[in-house]
Amino acid sequence: MREITYRDALNEAIAEEMERDNDVYLMGEDVGVFGGTFGVSRGLIEQFGPKRIRTTPVSEAIIAGAAVGSAITGMRPIAEIMFIDFATIASDQIINQAAKICYMFGGKTAVPVVFRTQGGGGRSWAAQHSQSLEAWYTHIPGLIVIMPSTPYDAKGLLKTAIRDNNPVMFIEHKQLYNTKGQVPEEEYTVPIGKAKIVREGKDITLIATSFMVIKCMEAAEELKNSDIDVEIVDPRTLVPLDREIIKTSVKKTGSALVVQEACRRMGFGSEIVRALIEDCFDYLDSPPQVLGAEEVPIPFSHILENFTLPQTEDIIKKVKEIL
Amino acid sequence: MGKLDKDKMLNMYSRMLLIRSFEYEIKKLLEQARIKGTAHLYTGQEAVAVGACSALRENDYITSTHRGHGHCIAKGASVDRMMAELFGKTTGYCHGKGGSMHIADIDTYNLGANGIVGGSIPIATGAGLTIKMKESSQVVVCFFGDASTNQGSFHESVNLASVWDLPVIYICENNFYGISCHIKDALKVENVADRMAAYGMIAKTVDGNDAIAVYDAVSLAAEHCRSGKGPYFIECVTYRWEGHSRSDPCVYRSSEEKNEWVKKDPIKKMEEQLINEGLKDKKLAEVRESVKNEIESAVVFAESQPDPTIDDLYKDLYYKDMI
Repeated sequence: MREITYRDALNEAIAEEMERDNDVYLMGEDVGVFGGTFGVSRGLIEQFGPKRIRTTPVSEAIIAGAAVGSAITGMRPIAEIMFIDFATIASDQIINQAAKICYMFGGKTAVPVVFRTQGGGGRSWAAQHSQSLEAWYTHIPGLIVIMPSTPYDAKGLLKTAIRDNNPVMFIEHKQLYNTKGQVPEEEYTVPIGKAKIVREGKDITLIATSFMVIKCMEAAEELKNSDIDVEIVDPRTLVPLDREIIKTSVKKTGSALVVQEACRRMGFGSEIVRALIEDCFDYLDSPPQVLGAEEVPIPFSHILENFTLPQTEDIIKKVKEIL
Repeated sequence: MGKLDKDKMLNMYSRMLLIRSFEYEIKKLLEQARIKGTAHLYTGQEAVAVGACSALRENDYITSTHRGHGHCIAKGASVDRMMAELFGKTTGYCHGKGGSMHIADIDTYNLGANGIVGGSIPIATGAGLTIKMKESSQVVVCFFGDASTNQGSFHESVNLASVWDLPVIYICENNFYGISCHIKDALKVENVADRMAAYGMIAKTVDGNDAIAVYDAVSLAAEHCRSGKGPYFIECVTYRWEGHSRSDPCVYRSSEEKNEWVKKDPIKKMEEQLINEGLKDKKLAEVRESVKNEIESAVVFAESQPDPTIDDLYKDLYYKDMI
């Protein structure tokens, strides 16, 4: 099978869905001739024109809000928020409007909008361009939250997100855009709400999303040398969460470590631990644990940033502690 | 733009009276604790909603605010279902999940009231984007108060609408107060409309207590929008007779000030205009009687409707089923 980058996989998803459905369009800062700050929309303006690939002023609140307004009147917008850190400015429209409209108005209208954004650190971009804020959105009833880790999932899940009738926070990772993976030429989609076992093993289950899946894979390879056989589960969709696969895996291995790039406390990892305690308490040989970032704003110094974010060695060390 | 005929004027009078009677009834029901929560009453501002909506076509959109009952009735909602919503009943517009601040009636192209000041301005702008992209001849009327023009969402919205020539009529109901804060303490310019030069948008200030003046201004604006010339701003100067919400004792304004505005009653003005057109008092009395009956029967209807059950709690959290 051919290999393409995460960036190109996303680009293909947008192009295919725009070809399939005239109501789909992309809007955001620099998405036009510039091709998007991370290059995801490169070439799309040539293919679809400026009417459907709309470069906006630097105005996150109206990017999100115009997307919501056009979604409830018949369009299927993809609104790009350049950094998840900037989604704070669009919060009213995402949290108070998009997430609430269907329920609050008694199910009268769908809100088929995808907020595409990216998070994570590792680039020395400091405190306002490196955050992992997914837990905020998972906390809001009415939103769907997706964090793909591979080109295959990125394409398949973005296509599904665009077709879904509900607001989706689609969170990419700045360190993943150049990663390559197998993506079939032919049409496919990936369902929302289905986790994936990305590596089978028998000794411990690592649960991770997005860039942390890559780190966990590296750790698993290293741990082979110590005769530790690691299983890795990628939920892919945080809301709705596929608790079944996680449960099945942990029942098999008896141990669990959640690895998240976000700050350790009050995060998505804690939620997974709650699920583990509720779903497979009797099968756990040790307390499930969370490895996350240190509880500081992401520092600029790459030395300090490396201390802050979970590294492959940290995962290895933690797994050995648990087993 | 044709002159308003007598029948249409009578219909506008009837709608204005229906709004006022609805609001008086809600005030009473809240005081009697027969309905819960709060309500932001539209009393005194009826000419704006009715003047504006009467100048629209059936399939033109509106967005509304926390003070939204008037817009909803003016666009053609049934007071039965509105009342049922305020009683929290399953047959209310939002099945009892929205209440006073969140009534939407998609069938009359009312995209909903909004509990966030300025929250519906980006949504109206997005609806304008849909119209533009689908090349339809609709327009959007976006209602909001003077206070919301200090929100970033307002500035981001009008800027985008202007840059993209979106068919949105921004109607600012200047009632001089954001809860207690007088407009003089919130704006440096004389009129809200003065702000619009910065966005290259046509802006007019009209007497918001004169339904016919509002009708004329919105008719012109709609013509402008439908001919593809972009957005339009209308400031309607008016006054809310009641406090901001039920718990507001109005310590920040004098009774003299209020009385001056009560003398400029928009409904009295409409009555005078109708009598000038040769309408008999008897006809007006018939309208008053019919409105009184409509409100009484709305309360009877609402109280007789079923309450929601626990089975309704999770209904409509997501639109139908997710794909």
